[in-house]
Amino acid sequence: MSVARLGLRLGLGFLYLPIVLLVAYAFSADRIPFQWGGFSLRWFRALAEDERLVEAALLSLRVAAGAATLAVLVGGLAGFALARFGPFRGRALFGALIGAPLVLPEVVTGLSLLLLFVALEGAIGWPAGRGALTVLLAHATLGAAYVAVVVQARLAEADRSLEEAALNLGATPFVAFRTVTLPLMAPSLFAGWLLAFTLSLDDVVLASFVSGPAGTTLPMVLFSRLKLGLTPEVNALGAVIVAVAAAALGLAALVLARVDARRGGG
Amino acid sequence: MRRLAVLAPASAWLALFVAAPAVVLLGIALGEADAGVPPFRPPFAADGTWQGSFANFATVLTDPFYRDAFLRSLVVAFATASLCLLIAYPMALAIARVPEARRTPLLLAVLLPFWTGFLIRVGAWIGLLRDAGWLNGVLRALGLIEAPLPLLYSDLAMYLGMVHAYLPFAVLPLHAVLARRDPALEEAAAGLGARPATVFLTVTLPLSAPGAAAAFLLVFIPAAGEFVIPDLLGPPEAQLVGRVLWGEFFQNRDWPLAAALAVVLLALLILPLRLFQRLEARP
Repeated sequence: MSVARLGLRLGLGFLYLPIVLLVAYAFSADRIPFQWGGFSLRWFRALAEDERLVEAALLSLRVAAGAATLAVLVGGLAGFALARFGPFRGRALFGALIGAPLVLPEVVTGLSLLLLFVALEGAIGWPAGRGALTVLLAHATLGAAYVAVVVQARLAEADRSLEEAALNLGATPFVAFRTVTLPLMAPSLFAGWLLAFTLSLDDVVLASFVSGPAGTTLPMVLFSRLKLGLTPEVNALGAVIVAVAAAALGLAALVLARVDARRGGG
Repeated sequence: MRRLAVLAPASAWLALFVAAPAVVLLGIALGEADAGVPPFRPPFAADGTWQGSFANFATVLTDPFYRDAFLRSLVVAFATASLCLLIAYPMALAIARVPEARRTPLLLAVLLPFWTGFLIRVGAWIGLLRDAGWLNGVLRALGLIEAPLPLLYSDLAMYLGMVHAYLPFAVLPLHAVLARRDPALEEAAAGLGARPATVFLTVTLPLSAPGAAAAFLLVFIPAAGEFVIPDLLGPPEAQLVGRVLWGEFFQNRDWPLAAALAVVLLALLILPLRLFQRLEARP
């Protein structure tokens, strides 16, 4: 076996060891996480009965769905412009701004968005206070950066002559967009939505900065609990999240593969 | 006109939620902490007169506490990025060497941990490393130790968590350049009598340099401002800039000082950010 393949196995082992153990010990009856006390589902039951966690999870799901949808709208437009408009005036600035949340440290993005919301409220009274809405806006800004990258990459590799053919055959630009470009973009919009959705569900730093008393998301609750250590309930929650993430990633891979196969075959 | 319909909403969003916050951040950094809601005095009074100062920047740049925080963050980010690069390189090379159809499942396998939730993975490391944790249990069962090793809340735990969190970011850009390389070049070198190590050092490694640089920066930049991992896994004395900024904001409620820390962190990251953008813009 080559050095590289050994490295790949060790690297994957390192990536998966904590996750596999976390999932396995979620089914342990023991009070201490990562100690085997016989098979049990009691911590999943305890999880379902933990009202604070369930409430935070429901809020997080709502925020994530809204943020991902906004992110697809903004990021889709931006990715389309970057891929199809050629060198337009202000393109460099436009590209730098859309990509900025992707590379900036989260503490910087979080603090600056909070200060913006405070300044906006002082100036025009909107957004009134901070909570779910401000978290949603912050996550949409982060998600749009990812969506724009995915959409731009997709359109860059898609054949432009298809759109030109539609235009030459007399389609109006809007019809050409709707019947040719949009279907080309669709898988990347879907993947971008999922990516933005997961990013929102996973974020604790932006949310902590821009949220208020009425907007405690799941990662914020998780973070405050992890400050005190790992509990078996959080362990069980981890197993649930791993299962959902694996299912979502599998679904995304399946959709992208089917679209590619259909295009390759037709 | 049609372009405007696409560009106008996207630009308006970016102006409001990306450009404006940067301006506000800089403005507040010139203000002063004040008891009140919000807890600061802006640099311009309501009638437009200047009342700001550069005092926060002077504090951040001269006080050894903050200077050390920046230095430490850069060291930790550098070490994390180097470790990720070292571990990711063989992984990316191995993936690039398998037939194309088998690459996607392997790349997904590398990415899946990234999707499983950042806090959950940090939580798993807590379960692994704490005194009554899994690793100490295994070591004790093997008879290697008698008392548990204090693994959690150490530099070791922090680096394990950092590398675990950022490793997928390093594999992707490396894989991108390695998958594009022309195998004929390596075959030619081998055909001319070069040993495998020589082929790697003189052909493969130089060809992948831009991807390696991108991978390094893609880890270094976010790691420099990382807050959660040092806070949950690191030792209390690991006062990195992300943690210090968080403390100034949430505990001391000194928003202007936190803003000044953010501005200086940004200024430090501009060079790596520009470098990264240039690497990304390569054909």
